[in-house]
Amino acid sequence: MTNDASRRHVVLSALALAGATLVPMPARALTEDRARTLVDRVVREINRAIDSSGSQAAMIREFERIFAQHADVGIIARSTLGADARRVSNAQMQAFTDAFRSYITRKYGKRFDEFRGGRIEVNSVREVKSWHEVRSTAYLPGQSPFEVRFLVSDRSGQDRFFDMVIEGISLRLSEREEIGAMLDQRNGDIDALIRDLRNAG
Amino acid sequence: MEVLPVIDPLFRRMSQAVALSGVMLLAACAGSQPDAEAGRGTFDPYEEQNRQVHDFNLDLDRKLVRPVSKGYDAAVPDDIETAILRFSQNTSLPRSIVNNMLQLNMRAAIEDTARLLVNTTVGLGGFFDPASEMGMPAATDADFGQTLHVWGASEGAYIELPLLGPSTQRDTFGTFVDVWTNPLTYVLNNPARSINRGTSVAGGLTRRRQFSDTIDQILYESADSYAQSRSIYLQGRRFELGGSGDEDYLDPYDSGGSTADMEDPYDQ
Repeated sequence: MTNDASRRHVVLSALALAGATLVPMPARALTEDRARTLVDRVVREINRAIDSSGSQAAMIREFERIFAQHADVGIIARSTLGADARRVSNAQMQAFTDAFRSYITRKYGKRFDEFRGGRIEVNSVREVKSWHEVRSTAYLPGQSPFEVRFLVSDRSGQDRFFDMVIEGISLRLSEREEIGAMLDQRNGDIDALIRDLRNAG
Repeated sequence: MEVLPVIDPLFRRMSQAVALSGVMLLAACAGSQPDAEAGRGTFDPYEEQNRQVHDFNLDLDRKLVRPVSKGYDAAVPDDIETAILRFSQNTSLPRSIVNNMLQLNMRAAIEDTARLLVNTTVGLGGFFDPASEMGMPAATDADFGQTLHVWGASEGAYIELPLLGPSTQRDTFGTFVDVWTNPLTYVLNNPARSINRGTSVAGGLTRRRQFSDTIDQILYESADSYAQSRSIYLQGRRFELGGSGDEDYLDPYDSGGSTADMEDPYDQ
């Protein structure tokens, strides 16, 4: 028995090794576990940040770090441009993404203060189309609990979230409306948008 | 590109016709019709008129609602404000019960009835909320717009109502019906209605203050407050009505969330 088992083990290992070397790692599918792990980490860091008695500035910095580290800011920024993303040069896209990151941080970082003393709990994970959706509930002092969904994808090569949906309201879609309006007001001038975005929020 | 000027007015006329038939179907409380709005998209053929109403509402908020809500907050002690808010929520329960029954949601109707009984008696006419303290289920806050949705009426065009703020054809009709059930309910509302439903004047003022940062951000800090409040209302309302939005939500990695023929950003 033992022999059999170990022989099978050797054969399997050899096959696995061959497989690993032959197949150049096909797209590793994001699993529910990994999506949950990511959001657990994000939520833990958020909870730590809003639990702290630090200044608002410190809280905004912490929010910026969490967002930069765990959100796919690149795809969020690109998708807020919609079809206009196609006529943007690489350099412009880079500049836009940077401006967008700082804009989001200022705009939502300010609001982050309202979360002080609250907590978020992760409830469930499910696969939706090509991404995973992690549902959580936010409990803030003096407010009824509300639902926060994180949409997670590994299509950037890393497990990142690309949207946060609060009671059905998507951060990405709302910002898309906003960025679209800003671009219209500037007659579609991307450079003007980038310039103004650096100070907006 | 050259066909656009031809197609555009045609499309507009067509969508107006669709909207009109939507109104007629709604008025007749008819069943389902092919959806004019493409999923999560925005169907807003009356944008021009809506924007005029929006400017009026914005002006009203700036000159009246916002300052009054601040004054109200400063003048009235928090405990009293909370009691008044609870009272107005309690008075909206009959409306909710009727609508739950119309939706054949008997469980919700019974829960709301129990809440109404407890809060009206033990809660001294609704000024206190023992129902929540006892761990009873939260109020369902059902309205007639929701009932129409359950009955299969489609959302119709987006409409911004004077004083009441963002709505749709379906919800506008629902609102008028609800006013008959409880005239207190819809006296005052505001453009962030998705987080601010079912309140009376005093309740509305409390909420206006409570969510002042959120509402101010939408109304006064966004590039296009009309488009922003429209987007937030539709997203929030569709969520409330039980749609997860999954069907219409596109993977941004496929398309940037826009046109289907766009390449995957990671392919470049």
